[in-house]
Amino acid sequence: MSLSGKVALAGVYEHPTRWAPDKTDWQIMAESARGALEDCGLEKGDVDGLLAAGLGMGGLGIIQLSEYLDLKPRFVDSTNIGGSSFVAHVNHAAAAIHAGLCEVALILYGSTAASSAMAIGTGGQAGREPSAAFVAPYGLTTVGGYAMAAQLHMRRYGTTSEQLARIAVQTREHASLNPAAKMRKPITIEDVLASRVISDPLHLLDCCIISDGGGALIVTSTQRARDLRKRPVRLLGCGEAVWHQETGSPDLLTIAARQSGERAFEMAGLTPREIDLAMVYDSFTITVLLTLENLGFCKPGEGGPFVEGDRLSRTGGLPLNLDGGGLSSNHPGMRGIFLVIEAVKQLRGESGPRQVADPALALVHGTGGLLTTQHSGATLVLGAD
Amino acid sequence: MPAEIRHPKPVPDWETRVFWEGIRRHEILLQRCADCSAVQHRPRAICATCLSSRVEIFEASGRGTVHTYTVTHQNQAPAFRGSVPYVLAYVDLEEGVRVLTNIIGCEPGEVQIGMDVVVDFEDLDEETAVPRFRRA
Repeated sequence: MSLSGKVALAGVYEHPTRWAPDKTDWQIMAESARGALEDCGLEKGDVDGLLAAGLGMGGLGIIQLSEYLDLKPRFVDSTNIGGSSFVAHVNHAAAAIHAGLCEVALILYGSTAASSAMAIGTGGQAGREPSAAFVAPYGLTTVGGYAMAAQLHMRRYGTTSEQLARIAVQTREHASLNPAAKMRKPITIEDVLASRVISDPLHLLDCCIISDGGGALIVTSTQRARDLRKRPVRLLGCGEAVWHQETGSPDLLTIAARQSGERAFEMAGLTPREIDLAMVYDSFTITVLLTLENLGFCKPGEGGPFVEGDRLSRTGGLPLNLDGGGLSSNHPGMRGIFLVIEAVKQLRGESGPRQVADPALALVHGTGGLLTTQHSGATLVLGAD
Repeated sequence: MPAEIRHPKPVPDWETRVFWEGIRRHEILLQRCADCSAVQHRPRAICATCLSSRVEIFEASGRGTVHTYTVTHQNQAPAFRGSVPYVLAYVDLEEGVRVLTNIIGCEPGEVQIGMDVVVDFEDLDEETAVPRFRRA
C-alpha cells in the first residue's frame, strides 16, 4: 500500500539564530524541538521517534541526544548522508509511522559551524575512510568538487558565470524579504562576478554562507495531524539515491536527483510541471542548476537559460528557495532541514512578505556530500491538505 | 609558476598497499576482474562489479585526458594554504578509469578539458611517491 498522502508534516521550527557562540549544538536542537512541539500543539511525551544527524554527532549521537532530551524513543535513525540527511529522515520517519513502528517522529538539527570557525567549504577533504589516501594528496575541497561540475557544464553546454550568478542574485532578493536571513542586502550579477574566485569557475558569491542554526520537524500520520494546531502538509512522494563516480566513468553531470526525483514524482503521481514552488539545496549556484535539470524541470544542458530572467522569483514560473537559501539565509553545514521547514510554511501560507500566492504543491530536494565524487540526493513532493 | 604542492602523504591500508608500492616504483597499477573483466580503481579486495575475489593487477600506460578541473584559489587546510592556486582535476586514463589528481608543470590557466596528459611521479621520500599529471 502506497505511503503517498498517509503521513504529514505536523510541526516545524527554524531556530532564529545565525550566530550562537553562547549555545551548543544540543541546546539548539532542544530549543528547536520545543519550537516545533509548540507549533503543532503536541507535548514532549507524545514523541516516540527520534531522528537526527549533525557534524558534531558521533556514531552514538542519537543515544546521547535521547538522553539530553530525556526521551526514550521506540524508533531512532541517525542516517548521515550529508546535508540531505533531514530530507531523507522525513522519508524514514514516514515509513516507520506508516508501518506502525512509531506515531510521532521528531527530526532535529543543530550546529554552531560559524561560531566554531569551521572551514566547511574550503577546509580540505581527507577523512579516515578507505578512499582518503586517493584524495588527501590532491587538495580536494568541497567547493572544488562542485567547481569541477560547473567547469564541465560550461564547457559542454556553454553555460556562463552570469547565468550561475543569476541564481545567487535571485536568492538574495528572497533573503531580503526574510528578517532572519543572514545576508539581506541585494546584490547584482556584477557583484557576483566581481567577488573573488574561490575555485574556478565559482566565485565567493556562488558559494553558500556559513552560519550557526538548527531546526526541527514533527512527522505523524495525516489522520492525527488533522487534529493538531496547524494545517497538515502531506507527504505525497519521496525518494532517495546515492551516486558516485569512482567505478566506471559515469557522467558527472548526472546526479542523484535524477533517481530520487523520479522515485518521488512516481509515488506522488505528479510531474515537475505541476509543482508550485521548489526548495532546492543551494550549497553552490551550480548545485541548483544541476538539480533543476536532473529533477526534470528543464532538459540537461538547458539549466543556464532556464534560470535567467525572473522564473525563480517569488512571482515567477518556479519560485525557488524563498527563505534566501544557503546562499543568503543560513548554512550551518547541513541545511536540508530548512528546505522542508520553508516548504511547509509556504504551503500553510505562513511565509509573510516572501509568501508565494496560494501554493498547493512543493518540491524539496536535498543534496549531500560532494557532487563530483560521492553524493546523495533526497526528494520530497509535499502537498497542502 | 604557483608554489609547489606539499602533499600530505597517502596512508596505504592492506587493500591499497600494492598500489602505493607500485607508485613508489613509478608504475600505476590498476585492477581487472578475472571473472567479469571489469577494470577498477581505487584498489579493492573484491571486484565492485561482480563481487569476485579474483582481482588481477596490471600496469596502466600513464596516459589520459583531462575530464574536468578547477583552479583552486582557497584551501584553508594547512598543507595547501600556501600552495594556491593549484589545479585539481579528474583525469580519464586510457584504460577506462577516472582518477582525482593535480595537473602540474604549466600555468593553471593553460589547463583545458580534453587536454592530453601523462603521469608524473613525485617522490616524497624513500618510501612514498604520489602520481600527478602534466601535459603530454
